[in-house]
Amino acid sequence: MYDGGKIITGLIIGIGLLMAPFFYNAGKAAKAPEPELTAKAKEAKQCVMEKAYMTSSHFSLLDDWRNTVVRDGERYYTAKSGKVFYKSLQMTCLDCHSNKSKFCDQCHDYVGVDPYCWDCHIEPKEKK
Amino acid sequence: MNFIVSILFSGFAVVLIVLIPWVGVWAADLRFLFGIIIPYAAMAIFFTGIIVRVIDWARSPVPFRIPTTAGQQWSFPWIKSNPVDNPKGWGGAVVRMLFEVLLFRSLFRNTRLEYRTTDGGPKIDYEWEKWLWLAALAFHWAFLVIFLRHFRFFVQSVPSFVTILESLDGFLQMGVLPLTGWGLPGVYITDLLLLAAVTYLFLRRIYISQIRYISLPADYFPLFLILALGLTGVLMRYFIRVDITAVKELAVGLFKLSPVVPEGIGVIFFIHLFIFSVLIAYFPFSKLMHFAGVFLSPTRNLSNNNRFVRHVNPWNYPVATHTYEEYEDEFREHMIEVGLPVEKGIEPKGAEAEASEEAQKE
Repeated sequence: MYDGGKIITGLIIGIGLLMAPFFYNAGKAAKAPEPELTAKAKEAKQCVMEKAYMTSSHFSLLDDWRNTVVRDGERYYTAKSGKVFYKSLQMTCLDCHSNKSKFCDQCHDYVGVDPYCWDCHIEPKEKK
Repeated sequence: MNFIVSILFSGFAVVLIVLIPWVGVWAADLRFLFGIIIPYAAMAIFFTGIIVRVIDWARSPVPFRIPTTAGQQWSFPWIKSNPVDNPKGWGGAVVRMLFEVLLFRSLFRNTRLEYRTTDGGPKIDYEWEKWLWLAALAFHWAFLVIFLRHFRFFVQSVPSFVTILESLDGFLQMGVLPLTGWGLPGVYITDLLLLAAVTYLFLRRIYISQIRYISLPADYFPLFLILALGLTGVLMRYFIRVDITAVKELAVGLFKLSPVVPEGIGVIFFIHLFIFSVLIAYFPFSKLMHFAGVFLSPTRNLSNNNRFVRHVNPWNYPVATHTYEEYEDEFREHMIEVGLPVEKGIEPKGAEAEASEEAQKE
């Protein structure tokens, strides 16, 4: 084998880099965090939309609310169920989901998302 | 093969690859198969295949240095030499390899031959052609950035380089469409760049007649596969979303060797994963192996030292030689007899015998 030492070294480095997630993940918890519902949220049963939509696309709804409130001044949102919501992160969303660290941050940290909600909004003070 | 047949053949193959997990998960609910067994099998093929191919390449003999000499060789101190384009030692060869691997320097040298008529006469022109290089560079770098960004989905506690890469990639904070509700999540530059570059590389294959002539299904298939991979990814991020925490649980489980299939992951994710599995399983058997092969290009990674280091061909068999000295020893007497000049004359017999006897006595 010509330059066998160099080629094998390169091969080991390359395979090692590609397999890095295996070494990095070894011995760490795999379980996804479950967002915790407050008593008030549980009581309400239904959020603005159904749960599957809220899990995957809540940011889309929030973005829509922000744009319509700020640009058009539309403050009220009629959900599919006919219920009318006041479009406000702090006064509507965080009213039920007052546990930001257990409801928002846990999953956002898990998948490495850093939403810019709190660039403008005041972070809620949680009762411990 | 006719290019329409080639395109239809590879297109049909990719459609099939999209349909298999669609039917498998949506109709038959084979989540364990598509979420765990197939990805593991694909990874096994990928890693074994790469090792086998690279070892196979490494066994091929390289008895002589064959670097392309694109600059003045090192010779006399007063002749200016080019240490990178005609490397003398390993340092220059390393720099040359870095240029090749990171910036595709040999593609940058691409020219296009053209016939023109200037002043009524035909003329050959070598046109400046950088579009292939540009598209290839955009495509490969976008692919790398997208791959590294995906680490946030399969690595527990996201490393900081991933977060930095993500914020740089998405710093335009632009929306998909100028419609409310489509503004989030912010569009990544690399997503657009990858799709645009792959589309260009495909159109180029069809548009330029010579390239179309030499293109085979093996050229169209990886392009379509990567296009499908990108499109499903874009669809999943911006349009048909899935529960991303569940997806991460599956992915982290795979890399922790304790796989689980959490409930409620949409079919689109399994399609995306299956396309990727097929892509990496196809890797060792295809031209995609250039990602390892580029490091073993003998015209790039060898230094040009043929003139001052002796390279012996190892499979040279021993050649029976007959030197002039041996020839003269054999025929000296006859040569003297016919009057041919000899380098060594015949010493007188008697004197030689006496000398050896004296030596023995002593």
